[in-house]
This record gives sequence, structure tokens and C-alpha cells, in this order.
Amino acid sequence: MRPDFWVVQTFNGLSYGALLFLLASGLSLIFGVMRIVNMAHGSYFMLGGYLGLTVILRTRSFAMSVIAATVTIALIGMAMERYFLQRLRGQDLGQVLMTIGFSLIFQDLALLVWGGDPYNLPVPAALSGSARLGGVVFPIYRIFIVGVAVAVGLGLWLLLDRTRAGAMIRAAVDDGEMAQGVGINVPRLSLAVFGLGAALAALGGVIGAGFLGVYPGADVEVLPYAFVVVIVGGLGSLPGAMVGSLLVGLLDNFGKALFPELAYFTLFAPMALILAIRPTGLFGRA
Amino acid sequence: MLSRVGPWIVMLVAMVVGAAPGFAAAQTGPIKVGLLVPLTGNASALGKDMLNGSELYLDEINRQVGNRKIELIVEDTEGVTATALTKARKLVDQDHVAILTGGLLASTGYALHPFADAAKIPTTYPVMSSDDLTQRKPARWVVRTGWNSSQSMHPFGEWVAKNLKYKKIVTMGFDYAFGWETVGGFQRTFEEQGGQIIQKIWTPLSTADFSPFIAQVKPDADAVFAVFFGRGSLQFVKQYAESGLKAKVPLIGNGTLTDESVLPQMGDEALGVYTALHYSAALDNPANKKYAKAFEAKAGKVPSYYAETCYTNMRWIVEAIRAINGKVEDREAFLAALKKVELKDFPRGPVVIDKWGNPIQNIYVRKVERVGGQLQNSVIFTYPAVSQFWKYNPDEFLKMPLYTRDYPPCKYC
Amino acid sequence: MIGRRALVAVIVVGVLAALGPLLPAYPLTLITQALIFGILAMSLDVLLGYTGLPSLGQAAYFGVAAYAVALLATERQVGLIGCAAAGIGLAAVTAAVFGLVAIRARGTYFLMITLALGMVMWGLAFRWVSLTKGDNGVSGVPRPELGALSLSAPLPFFYFTLAAAAVSWALLGLLVTSPFGLGLKGIRGSESRMAALGYNVWLHKYLAFVIAGVFAGLAGVLWAYYNGFVGPTDVQLVTSVEALLMTALGGPGTLIGPVLGAGVIVFLKNFVSVYTKRWLLILGAVYIGVILFAPHGIVGAFRRARR
Repeated sequence: MRPDFWVVQTFNGLSYGALLFLLASGLSLIFGVMRIVNMAHGSYFMLGGYLGLTVILRTRSFAMSVIAATVTIALIGMAMERYFLQRLRGQDLGQVLMTIGFSLIFQDLALLVWGGDPYNLPVPAALSGSARLGGVVFPIYRIFIVGVAVAVGLGLWLLLDRTRAGAMIRAAVDDGEMAQGVGINVPRLSLAVFGLGAALAALGGVIGAGFLGVYPGADVEVLPYAFVVVIVGGLGSLPGAMVGSLLVGLLDNFGKALFPELAYFTLFAPMALILAIRPTGLFGRA
Repeated sequence: MLSRVGPWIVMLVAMVVGAAPGFAAAQTGPIKVGLLVPLTGNASALGKDMLNGSELYLDEINRQVGNRKIELIVEDTEGVTATALTKARKLVDQDHVAILTGGLLASTGYALHPFADAAKIPTTYPVMSSDDLTQRKPARWVVRTGWNSSQSMHPFGEWVAKNLKYKKIVTMGFDYAFGWETVGGFQRTFEEQGGQIIQKIWTPLSTADFSPFIAQVKPDADAVFAVFFGRGSLQFVKQYAESGLKAKVPLIGNGTLTDESVLPQMGDEALGVYTALHYSAALDNPANKKYAKAFEAKAGKVPSYYAETCYTNMRWIVEAIRAINGKVEDREAFLAALKKVELKDFPRGPVVIDKWGNPIQNIYVRKVERVGGQLQNSVIFTYPAVSQFWKYNPDEFLKMPLYTRDYPPCKYC
Repeated sequence: MIGRRALVAVIVVGVLAALGPLLPAYPLTLITQALIFGILAMSLDVLLGYTGLPSLGQAAYFGVAAYAVALLATERQVGLIGCAAAGIGLAAVTAAVFGLVAIRARGTYFLMITLALGMVMWGLAFRWVSLTKGDNGVSGVPRPELGALSLSAPLPFFYFTLAAAAVSWALLGLLVTSPFGLGLKGIRGSESRMAALGYNVWLHKYLAFVIAGVFAGLAGVLWAYYNGFVGPTDVQLVTSVEALLMTALGGPGTLIGPVLGAGVIVFLKNFVSVYTKRWLLILGAVYIGVILFAPHGIVGAFRRARR
């Protein structure tokens, strides 16, 4: 293999992992605080992309589309949590089933509103094109995605580690009952975290749409990847989501490049293996 | 006791209500045409095109043939073959359709073959294009009114070698039968003209990020030949352009790479791409001009090949009905009439069915250009009356294996 | 207790059997489809309703068995006994292997691991093209023959499936009311207590997992013959999710509820989609409604009303 093959593939894996981090960090946080698997997370990703598309077509502003998408989906997520999921407090399976029900509704709503055609999200000229570094071509947009993920990762880490809100979140992740006992308003916290998680998924959706486009089925396609990341990294752990998304991005990319016949197997089998050894993931805790 | 039996009453009521349409008295008046399309699911945009194309033709004739009305019964396959089978059963067993048509997925084509033969129901496939459905595994009751995957690629391989003068090509496509058959047809004639396929890259069907594959393209290629459809085409063409490769290694492909179902959503990255198909919305003949205009008025978009093939398919069915004076209850006669339809003024040009139930039709070599501000597949060359066997002797052709992942073998890889 | 339930079951089976010849072909095939998914849902109920293990991976065993039947029947012309044995056997082996990995986890982790294992199976079905024909699927699976009787027509196949469903229900019913089954229910309540009482918790869960795989495999065998076609969608996550929803809708832990749930969903999907394209939206709304207002499913709601 040519040496630049490895460079390019590694970069591809990293940039895809960066996108997955946006998606998986939200999923992991939601689980950490609320102990539920949000099966509608892929829907937030897809809807974020569609909303971003509509806004950018109207306003021609990438920044506006990102803001509009993340804020709207955060609100939808919070509404879902407050008016539906909270009624099933304590019923883990019921909440999971409810998110499944919502994912079906979102899937159909997207079809109703945007039709079934696939679209590419037009990205600003500043982010298009490619950069040449030592004879290897790197699409600028993908560099941008890595940048966004790093910024978000930093932001989340600062939030969790340096702020009071973050401390409350960590307390709730560690032991929800105890946190409630200490006076933390866990229901309000859950609401906020759910909104944050949804916003992160939507952010992933808009940013991702810049190179993957938006299309029906994006929700179902991306969800297993997000699951693999949080399973491998460990539910409720931010470092887990970081390491997990890098691993999954690289594994998936190299798996497809080197063993295309076994493409999905190379992704899910190592995951099953990691689970066999550490059922709670690399950084997770029971 | 009621609470025990209650749930069962609920279920039985649901069953009876669900079956209610079937209890209605059998109609003798209208001719029922059963159309299977994906109205929901990932392929719903294509399903909508198929439905619009079908309805456009029927509306043009006021949904009437002779003194019988035509009733179009549309069922949603959801883009899943098992569901398509269930709906096919409904159309045949409950709605008593005179003819079954539609279908999108290759697997649906294979699954409906034994169904059509067992039910002895005249069936047409306007879209499903797996080669073997009319080659080594035909069904007696199925007539294909659309195309087969390698049909347009045989002439294209020859055309590319002679006109674009590429010598070494890397192929890239979805890793399933449609991709294999398309590449296979292209490879065969391209190599016969002295060209070389130096690499075959296959991507899993649900790939959204093609960069791991684009990065593998050998640097000494003269061009990349790509087979994708739907959102795959949209993503691939864009990512290919972004990788910087397009400037050095031009892109060519099969018809669905730049089909009008995705072309309007593409940008400059699609300019200059050569493809080949049995149709283009930019075809300059009177029938197509009239059809394209009517379709745009109805659907608000340029017709894709999915729409045209279903429009033509409906006309085909109606012509067969006319040929037997509307007596569709004689299924054998109806089937025979379907195999004998032969017209010159379809939007895609003249079409006639061969002995194996597949169309013989024009294949157009197209190039993506911007005309009047819109991207279109400009027709730059026409191969007339191309059959599924190209210039080969059919019996010899059928003795060779079906085009698959490894056939024809990649001698220059 | 068992006697009354068995009586109700006999009545229901009898009614269905009597209805058979009276119904037109299409509703009959829908009932057949509902019974097949009913068996799949019952297999999930053993895990979910009785042992408290929510699995999102039953499609793996369902699919493995379906593919085994389809490939053996079309490529080796193997008959019913051979295909069924191979299909169910392969499902059992797969469950035995996967169970070793899955049983280590509980609750949500179990959900995610079974989801992952299901996806491994899907990945294989999808990408091991030389074996499974990939996306094309395996078509042309002939209906089997029972001696001189051919199961090609809807009615004989319906009776065959009805018999299989009834036998499955009876066997699983015996299982869940046996001491082993009561042990499972205890585990659902509290694993630590059962362990303290001296039960081999791991073995109970593992056996339940394999048995669930066996019955999912039986459903898969029937599904391959029913459609005459098997494709990667049958092994996909969406199939496992549907099984979960059928079980939850019907009522987990009731065994008969999931069958009912399967019936409701099969009919809802096929009936509603005739009248509107928005059937998926309606389905989602129904799930949410049931979860909110009848969290123990339809059968659970009836049983509670009775009290």
C-alpha cells in the first residue's frame, strides 16, 4: 500500500469518528443521567440535518442553520422528555419503547414534510474544496468537522469538570438517588441533559449533512454506529465517548478499506468481543 | 370470562375489519391494475416518481379503455420485499387485479417471479432490472417493460473505448447484483475494445461515506466508472469531486449515477460526467417533449427514468388491453398481447419485447451539461435497437455465467 | 389456573381452525403471518416477560433459521424435516454461543449487547454474499410437503402454522409454569435474592436465552416457507424491534399477549396502509398510547381490569 493511503484513511477514520462523537456524546450523557437508551437519537440527527437544510436554503447562512437546527431539536427533545418520558419515571423499558414509538413518528414526519428526495447541504465556500499537505489531499470540510468535535469535546469537558451544573450532572450519573437526596433537582437536570443530548445529535446532523447529505433512512443507518460507540466507550462516560468514537471511526474506515467483504462484521464483532470481556464498556461503570 | 376472551374479540374484530374490502362483491366492470410501489421507506421518492408516471398516462386516456374503466390499485411495499409479497397477495387474492405491475428492489423481482407463475397472473416489471430475470431465470408470466442492468452498459463500454479513448479504468459500485451486472456489462465490451479494468472497488449498499473507497483508487487510472443510485449517487459524486480526484481522473458511470431523480440536487460536481441509459429527460423527440412537459406540470420536477418507465409501462398495458378488446379475464390472451406490443413513439423511443420478455430499445450516451441554468443529461449518441444480448448470440450468451462480483474476472487487477 | 387458560386456548384454536375454510385467501395469509410473528414474540416474552431480560436481538435466530431453510431447500432440495431441524438447530447453536456473551449483562446493557449481536448476524447475512446471496436474498423456496399433502395453498399452510403456534404456546406454557419457569420469574424480581436462595441464576438465564433462540428459530423456519423468500431485512434490527413492540403491546409475561400483539400489529400495518400513507405515524402513536395508558399491554390491561 502506498504510504499516503494510510495517511488518508486514518484522516478519514478520524473525521468520521469526529462526527460520531457529536452523536454519541449526547446519547451517552442521556443514558448516564437518565438510564435510558434514546432510540430516537438517530431521528434527532436526521431531523437536525433536514432543519439545517431548510434554514440554509432560506437564509444562506450556515451559522443560522446550525443554530436553528440545534435549538429546535433541543426544544423538541425537551418536550418529549417533559411530557412523555417523565410520566414513565422508573420504567426503563417503557421509556425505551416510547423512544422507539417516537422514532417511528419522526421518521414519517420527515417524509411528510421534506418528501423522500435526498439532498446535499450546501456548505459555505470557505469550507469547501481541499487542502494539499505533502502531496495528500484533505477535504477542508472534514478538517472542519474534526475542529467542531474537538471544540465540542472541550466544551463538554469544561462543563462537566469545571461548572456547578457539570458537577450536578456527574453526581446524577454516579448515583441518581443520592444526588436527589443531596438536593439536586434530578428531574430538572434530566430535562436539561436530554435537551443537550438532542442538541448535540442535531449538531451532528447538520454538520454531517455537509458531506453525507440528508435523506430518509439516515436515522436508522447512523443509530447502530452511535450504539457501538457508547457500548465500547461505556455508557455515561465522556472520555468513553471520545475514545469510542475514534476507535469506531478508524475500525469502520479501515474495515471497509481492507476487508470490504466483511465490512459490518469488522465493526460489530470487535464490539461484541469488548463486551464479552468488559460488559460495561471500556470506561463505563455498572 | 369476558376479560379472558376480550383480547381475542379485539383481534377477531381487527381481522374482520381488515378483511372487509375482500367481502365486497366481485366487480365485473372495471379493469383492475395492481401497482406495487414504495410509498414509504427509504425509496419513497422513487416510488412517488413511479406513481406519478403511471397516473399521468392513465389520466391522459381518462382512465378508460373502450367501454371499460381502468382502476389503478396502488399498494405500498415500504421498500421491503416481504411486504411487497404480502401486498401482491392482497392485489391478486383480494382485489382480483387483472395484472400486477411495479416493484423496485432487485430482490422483489426474484421473489415475485415464482409468485406470478404460481398465480398465473400477467405481470410487468417497469423498473426491476436484474439481468437473469429475463435470461437464465425467466418467469413465463412476467414481461419486462423497463430495462436490464447490463443492457445499456454493453454499448457504453464500446463507446467509451472508441470515443473517450480511456485505456485503464477503475470501477466502483454498490456491492450487490445491480452493481455487478452493470460493471460486468461495461467491462466485457470495454476490454473487448482493448481497454483494461485495473481495479474493481465494491462498497456496501448502505455506505454514506465513500472516502475510504475513493482513497483506494489506483493513481494510474484514466477514469473511474461508478455505479450508484439514489442518495448514493448524490453523495458519491460530491465526495468524489471533493477528494480532488475528479480533476485528474474523470468520472463516468451508468445511467442511475446522474438520473434525473438526483441530478437536480447536484451541483457543478456533476458537470461533464458521461453515462448511458435507455432514457434521458432531455431527449429531443416529440413524444418526450410532450411527456416531460406534462410530467413537470403534474409532479413539479423533471421526469426521471423511473417515471418514464412507469408511464410507458401503463401505455404498454393499455395497448395490450386494446389488442384483446378489453377481455382481460382471458389471462393467456392478455399475456400473449403484452408480449406482442410494439410501438415507436414512447418518450424513450421505439420499444419491442424480445423472446425472453425483455425490451429491445435505444440506448443513449449522455453527458451532464448545464442548459438554461439547469443540469441535464444531454444526449450525445444513440445506439438503436439494443437487446439484452448486445451483439452476442443469445444462446452463446446464456451459456456463460451471469455477471457477478468476480465475473468477468479482473485480469488486469 | 392452567386448566382454564388451556380451555381458552383450545377454544381460540378451535375457532381459528373452524374459520379457516371460511375466510378468503388474503385474510387467511395475514392470520398465518400473525401466528408466525406470534411465535417470535412468544420467544421474546420468555426472556423479557418472564426473566426480565429485554432482548433486541431475536432477529438473529429468526434470520439464521430462515436462511438455513431457504438455502437448504433451494440448493440441496432438502425436505421439511431436514430444513426445520437444520434451521432450529442452527438457531439453538447461535443462541448458545451468543448467550455466553450476552448473559453477562443485565438491563440496558443486555439490551445493547443483544442489539449488537443481532447486528453481527445482519452484517454476515448482508455481506457474506457467496453464501447468502446478499441483498438479492434467497427466493424460490418451495412450500414443503407433508407426505402426500402439499402446503402450497393458503389453507393447509395456515393449519400447519396454527398447529406449530399452538404447540409452541403449550410447550412454553409448560415451561413458564414449571419450577424452572417460576425460577425465571423470581430472577426477574430479584437476582440476588434467587442467588441467595441457592438458584443457579446464570444457568437459568442461559437456558432461557437458548430456549428463546430455539422458538425464534421455529418462527424463522415458518417465515421462510411462508414467503418463499428470505432477505437481510429479516435479520435486521427492525425485525427485533417489531418483536419487542409486539410483546410490549400484547402484554409481557403473559405468553398469549405477545401473540395478540403480533396479530394487532400485522393487521394494523396491512389494514391502515391501504387507506393512508401515514401508517407508520399511526403505528408509532399507537405504541406510545399503549405504553402510556396500558403499560402492561392489552392482555395485562384486561387482566388488571378484572381484578
